[in-house]
Amino acid sequence: MNKRKSKAIGILKNSQLLVPLIAILLLVVFNLIRDPGFFSVGLTTNNNGDPVLQGNLISILNGASELVILSMGMTLVTAASGGQDISVGALAAIAGSVFVKVLKSGGGISAPVVLGAFLLCCAVAMAFGAFNGSLVALFNIQPMIATLILFTCGRSIAYWINGGATPTVSSPIINAIGSFIPGIPIPTPILIVILMGILFALLFRFTTLSLYIQSVGINQSAARLNGINSVGIKLLSFVILGACCAVAGMIGVSRLGLINHETLLINIEMDAILAVAIGGNNLGGGKFKMIGSVLGAYAIQALTITLYAMKVPSTDVKAYKAVVIVLLVVMGSPVVKEAAGRLGTRLRASRRVGAGKGAA
Amino acid sequence: MEEKGKLRRREPITDTQLLMTITICIFVGMYALAILIWGGGFKKPQMLFDMLNDNAYLIIISCGLTIVMITGSIDISVGGVTALVAMVGVMILNGNLHLFDGIIAAWGLSESFRIVFALLMSLLIGLAFGFVQGYLIAHLEIQPFIITLAGMFFARGMITIISVDPQKGPQALMDILQKRIEMPWLGSPNKKGVIIPARMEIGVVIALVLVVLVYLLLRKTRLGRSFYAVGGNRQSALMLGINVRHSRFMAHLLCGLLSGIAGFVFMMHTGAGNATNATAAEMNAIASSIIGGTLLTGGVGNVIGTFFGVLTLSTIKSIVTTSGLRDPWWQSITTGAMLCFFILLQSVVLMRKNRGKK
Repeated sequence: MNKRKSKAIGILKNSQLLVPLIAILLLVVFNLIRDPGFFSVGLTTNNNGDPVLQGNLISILNGASELVILSMGMTLVTAASGGQDISVGALAAIAGSVFVKVLKSGGGISAPVVLGAFLLCCAVAMAFGAFNGSLVALFNIQPMIATLILFTCGRSIAYWINGGATPTVSSPIINAIGSFIPGIPIPTPILIVILMGILFALLFRFTTLSLYIQSVGINQSAARLNGINSVGIKLLSFVILGACCAVAGMIGVSRLGLINHETLLINIEMDAILAVAIGGNNLGGGKFKMIGSVLGAYAIQALTITLYAMKVPSTDVKAYKAVVIVLLVVMGSPVVKEAAGRLGTRLRASRRVGAGKGAA
Repeated sequence: MEEKGKLRRREPITDTQLLMTITICIFVGMYALAILIWGGGFKKPQMLFDMLNDNAYLIIISCGLTIVMITGSIDISVGGVTALVAMVGVMILNGNLHLFDGIIAAWGLSESFRIVFALLMSLLIGLAFGFVQGYLIAHLEIQPFIITLAGMFFARGMITIISVDPQKGPQALMDILQKRIEMPWLGSPNKKGVIIPARMEIGVVIALVLVVLVYLLLRKTRLGRSFYAVGGNRQSALMLGINVRHSRFMAHLLCGLLSGIAGFVFMMHTGAGNATNATAAEMNAIASSIIGGTLLTGGVGNVIGTFFGVLTLSTIKSIVTTSGLRDPWWQSITTGAMLCFFILLQSVVLMRKNRGKK
């Protein structure tokens, strides 16, 4: 029994999930001490008279949706190409603009129109993803520089798509995507995240994609010599990230009911990369664990919500966030871990000596 | 001709030199094209000096980033540090940081001593950021991206904690700081035929001196050479007896110091502290370094190339503005398109060269 427990601890200690799990645990404990009712979830009725769940826990899970989806895609790109895509925010803005453009062009907003709009914005975002991916895969340009192009001009393209305006859309369907489907008390973005998670899980379970991405990331030439199409895999990872951007953009637009190219998911690229890194994935590519990035994204959002709950002004949140992030990664750093391990062994040894003396 | 051939045989041109040459050629070519097409503004030497005046701070930041990138690391806190330093500096000048008022009153110093304090604080803040980030990255082996991203968040957050409102430097002190070096022999006549001398700010001189200093550091000193060794292959560097941790630490310390100086230069140029100062400066600096031939993977880079990288980016921007595209969204779309063309050109040239080698 004891042996199994220590084995489990050993596995966890060496796992990359340690840091995000500690982060979430610390935030939960901190919030419970500060306010025991912080995580209580209540059932209330919204304006439409439907029962909906409400509470800080729900708002953390709900608010992190876009970030989680983007960090899923970012994990694949990081693993395959060894670099990061800094254009995800801009790409999501483009996708959102296309989504709104299609909704505004037709007569009314019906379910097929919304579906068509989503498919079109997905296609556009995947095309832009393929553009980024081909720069990286075919022309061997470093991902951060290749995506700098869209980072520079992406939001302007989004602006130009809607003719330099910030149109609003209002419809029960859009409302259902952005907040609640009537009759289901869980916010729809959470459901979309779960759906995406299941999709990725199936993709990894039934295809060799995950293995191929990791082998391309670890050693591109070796992967190529083993018959893996490394160019295609890199390209594919960027296309998948493009699709993630489209989903995130659609959620972002539906939440507000309007497209604002300047502020939609602003600065989210940094948070998405941070989520990947906190999740213990190497930013230099290679092995990855998507669940780590997801936990990292939730940790970031939980931190933000905690700071807001403590009445920190929204402009100052960044400074406090930085301190917590540094503390977290210092705890997770290999050097500190090793030192802690040594300390633990010494303590255990001294205790054993003490026990021996007592017996004698 | 023969001599050139000999030189080539002895030492094949490296990727960095090639990228640097492409950058310089493109810069010269683009500028020449701009003179031919739009003439007017581009013909005046003042246009070049304006570009230098506006980008002096970016040149200094990019020098720091080049050092860090050569060691195979990255620093994205530079823009935030620059903005923070500019904010603190302006607040020392206009007396909104009361700590320094007390010191000046107690010691009976004149008002212009505020400039000295501002400069000292700039260096101190820059060094502090460099020290902490360098220690965490080099000695605790944490990924540089996370630490410096946290550094950027911290710097940007501190700006609004110090002051939510934009701050402005007092005119008397700004007049001292914004003194310009006038060069009548490079002047050009205005509409009335009066020669207006070309003006250059002190910040540009600081930037140029720093470029030369960093160049010498990277070329001639033991520390500079160790940066290349560490960036090229950390394991081999360690086996060669190079103190890898110390080199990485020093690279981040230098980068922090340079971004502190950049903040002071930024303050000299704008005379204002604002939360949105130097936005996306880190991205522009990374782009400039890479366009100048530095690789993000480390071990390769040159600060002269970086200098021309900054000039190339700003030429792209000024061409877009002078060509009559006033709408901001067209400006950034055109900048993106030209960036795309440029990056592709570099990549194709490199690929052709390396294919020839095989």
